[in-house]
Amino acid sequence: MNDGGDALMHVVVAGHGPTGHRLVEALRERDSEGSLRITVVGEETRTAYDRVALTSYLTEDADLGYPAHDAGVEVLTGDPVAEIDRAARTVRTASGRALAYDALVLATGSSPFVPPVEGRDLPGVFAYRTIDDLDAIRDACTAAGAGAGGVVVGGGLLGLEAARALQGLGMDTHVVEVAPWLMPRQLDEGGGAMLRRHIEGLGMAVHAGTPMKGLAGRDGRVARVDLADGSAIEAAVVVFSAGIRPRDELARACGLPVGERGGVVVDETCRTEDEAIYAIGECALVGGQVYGLVAPCFSMAEVAADALLARAAGRASVARFEGADLSTKLKLMGVDVASFGDPFADARDGALGVTYTDPVAGVYKRLIVSDDARTLLGGVLVGDASAYPTLRARIGGTLPGTPEQALFGDVEAADGDLPDATVICSCNNVCAGTIRTAVRDESLTDVAAVKTCTRAGTTCGSCVPLVKKLLDAELTAAGIEVSKALCEHFDHSRAELFDIVRVRGITTFTRLIEEHGRGRGCDICKPVVASILASLGNGHILEGEQAALQDTNDHFLANIQKNGTYSVVPRIPGGEITPERLIVIGEVARDFGLYTKITGGQRIDLFGARVEQLPEIWRRLVDAGFESGHAYGKSLRTVKSCVGSTWCRYGVQDSVAMAIRLELRYRGLRSPHKLKSAVSGCARECAEAQGKDFGIIATEQGWNLYLAGNGGMRPRHADLFASDLSDEDLVRYIDRFLMFYIRTADRLQRTASWLESLDGGIDYLREVIVEDRLGICAELDAAMERHVAAYSDEWRDTLEDPEKLGRFVSFVNAPGTPDPSIVFESERDQIKPVLVTGPRLEVAAR
Amino acid sequence: MTMTTETTIGREAPPGARWIDVCAYDDLLPERGVCAIIDGVQVAVFRTFDGDLYAVSNLDPFCGAHVISRGILGTRAGAPTVASPMYKQVFDLRTGGCLDDPDVALPTFPIRRSATGDRVEVGLSDEHRE
Ligand SMILES: Cc1cc2nc3c(=O)[nH]c(=O)nc-3n(C[C@H](O)[C@H](O)[C@H](O)COP(=O)(O)OP(=O)(O)OC[C@H]3O[C@@H](n4cnc5c(N)ncnc54)[C@H](O)[C@@H]3O)c2cc1C
Ligand code: FES
Repeated sequence: MNDGGDALMHVVVAGHGPTGHRLVEALRERDSEGSLRITVVGEETRTAYDRVALTSYLTEDADLGYPAHDAGVEVLTGDPVAEIDRAARTVRTASGRALAYDALVLATGSSPFVPPVEGRDLPGVFAYRTIDDLDAIRDACTAAGAGAGGVVVGGGLLGLEAARALQGLGMDTHVVEVAPWLMPRQLDEGGGAMLRRHIEGLGMAVHAGTPMKGLAGRDGRVARVDLADGSAIEAAVVVFSAGIRPRDELARACGLPVGERGGVVVDETCRTEDEAIYAIGECALVGGQVYGLVAPCFSMAEVAADALLARAAGRASVARFEGADLSTKLKLMGVDVASFGDPFADARDGALGVTYTDPVAGVYKRLIVSDDARTLLGGVLVGDASAYPTLRARIGGTLPGTPEQALFGDVEAADGDLPDATVICSCNNVCAGTIRTAVRDESLTDVAAVKTCTRAGTTCGSCVPLVKKLLDAELTAAGIEVSKALCEHFDHSRAELFDIVRVRGITTFTRLIEEHGRGRGCDICKPVVASILASLGNGHILEGEQAALQDTNDHFLANIQKNGTYSVVPRIPGGEITPERLIVIGEVARDFGLYTKITGGQRIDLFGARVEQLPEIWRRLVDAGFESGHAYGKSLRTVKSCVGSTWCRYGVQDSVAMAIRLELRYRGLRSPHKLKSAVSGCARECAEAQGKDFGIIATEQGWNLYLAGNGGMRPRHADLFASDLSDEDLVRYIDRFLMFYIRTADRLQRTASWLESLDGGIDYLREVIVEDRLGICAELDAAMERHVAAYSDEWRDTLEDPEKLGRFVSFVNAPGTPDPSIVFESERDQIKPVLVTGPRLEVAAR
Repeated sequence: MTMTTETTIGREAPPGARWIDVCAYDDLLPERGVCAIIDGVQVAVFRTFDGDLYAVSNLDPFCGAHVISRGILGTRAGAPTVASPMYKQVFDLRTGGCLDDPDVALPTFPIRRSATGDRVEVGLSDEHRE
């Protein structure tokens, strides 16, 4: 890196919201010469996060943080820019830090508009904009108690989102809207009326067409909302969502032009009147308009990035901001509302509106087309927004059929053929052509790869169905059939094989490959079939022909290590162990000269056992009451726990008892990949349950269940599946989750990537597991009951069977002779393997 | 039970080789391997599903550990194979050649069933004994 810094152009970014973050990403991505030094100054105490998904912070406890910038970018948090000195080209922060800039970018966003009514400063009155706001709202709702009144002022997109969140926090929720109907900026009267029915159907009260007069307090907190018509609503919590105002105060103070109704005036390269100062995102006024949606903000970030890089390189910039698509979709569970294009175009220009209403189903759809009924100008969908991505992509284009056909989804069939220039993902401005090229040139075969490669679908997600159709059409055109074949011996995927084995009652590999495969199998399909047979309960994994299918770990019921020795892990359910048993483990390790290490799963791993020692080691362990820990299997590993309410002064439930119960229930369950779990006794989450395949966190009322988390190579935060469960419901849902996963996952697919590949994700999973959408819950429950009933310790069974024991020999012609190639030296008072020969070849990564 | 005393051409004992008894044929599970030690040389011995016998070196050249006998047997494009249990490279049991890396091969040994049919013998020549 250039340490002088002088040669580099210094860009200071004020504001680390989605727009500021995108700008820095774009600069880092495209600045291959390293011609910029970047400093971001943020007001919030945390770095940028996904504000669009803000509500999921409450409803799903989602982690919204954007990826951190690379180390070359300096990010200051909790210290807003307070002043700009344009002549000196410096900014001063609230804490007094001074920063010189060559270019300054204002990305300060906007703030919620709070009308100047009486009582607006009372405690209990909030905005809905930041994570801090949401924390405060949650605390206030908890303090007020379930059933207390919650009022949202503003019935627009954000207001409705906030209202649903208040309801989720237990409030008796009301929405107050000045206009005669909800979402007046997107919906016409008919749509507004239909939406109202949906909102009321969810159990919220709507007060439309009634301005608010003021707020009244009691005991120093807000207690009541007074409406202009003389009525009043009891309210312990009030949230303002009545529009936004651009945060242009810095620009005003230093004399930069701002719009009449606010917004820093910029040209189409996002530059202000001062050639060293740019403004982007919700604080900018471009083409006479301030934008309150993330897609145009991102476009501005891209435009400004181009301008800054051009400046650093001494060339003219090429990117221009050319207006934006204002389509939106309400992100509310249970209510489908979307508007796209210009939903009010029929009020002018002689455009035509085509409306369809189904009061029974609660559906209202309206399309606006040009006077020749050929070009789609905009529209509104309430109650059924499934056509949204398709229709949005066609705005300004020719309708392939009549407007009626478009209303009823007949257009979707032609989605794969959308013209290259059609914007598919408006959040990230990705066209059909870009997606097609990426699929072709980068040989992409799944949606996840398209997302990573093009960014399409990574923001609001509404375009993902369309992205998938384009991908499929492209693959079909290229004659690529995405092969699900497991290996050269089976044309089936693992899930299909599972069904074949289950439905036909097949119990041997030989029969399966003779009837459904070819050849004699290999190291890919044999362990897969072994696992399927074991999941379906076919006795001991070393019984009969099954023995030959197991890989070496399962074959010796231990984990192979680099010198050909094995490690031994006895089960320690929940990580709880008596002193006596600890001593036994110590004695065994000492007597057999094993290396010992505490694992991440709260148990003890004993390394360096030779094949012929394994039975002797296990005889001692089994005699002391231990059983196999299945560390070697693709199966349940451990259920970790924190110490829980028995000892911990913060614990609210007995996490240890629950962890033991779960570990004993699922021990020995063979699955497509290993399974990890943890139970935390309170929200402090000491057991790190959210990084597990199934994680449980205690609440005052019961248990929260998190699914499909992952640590390791590809960390993934688990999704909150259900809250405040009783013991019985918790166990039932985990039973079904595991059995559904075992049935349908691919070979070596962890639950995290399995969930990501499920169409409909966690919501779909909820429908399957809780609402029994597929009608298979009874089967899944029965399968788990069979597993629990049939469980038996693999090591105990092996020790009791001379034939199985006979395989644990070093040499068939010298059973007692230890393998002379296994040699140890000592390190930190324990053994360490030495390879006598050493690898003779480089191991290529496979 | 069928009795096969000879094995495939190419795995005949070279002149000067000694046939060494390693185990009973019934000690071998179909589709699995065992290891025999002969004059300090570790030989991986396999019996495939059709009863054929193969012997290759037990030393996995990719990891330096003696583990080949513990690999999973199978077929690849018709060839009988064993996969290393360590890093999963696949070897042709007939030639010892590594199917994932043509520059690598396991040494092979002649193998046969004894004249009585119930024993298994491996042929070892002096060159194997270094
Ligand atoms: C609940 C909610 C739901 C939404 N849903 C959608 C949706 O579904 N679709 C959609 O398109 N849009 C949605 N939006 C709007 C979207 O979030 C905004 O368009 C987007 O956040 C704008 O990004 P920004 O970076 O320009 O501004 P902001 O996100 O406001 O970020 C600006 C940042 O700058 C900081 N800042 C301000 N002044 C200073 C200063 N002087 N010095 C340093 N830092 C400063 C602020 O604290 C803030 O962190 C939603 C917004 C909310 C609140
Ligand atoms: S349209 Fe929002 S992510 Fe694509």
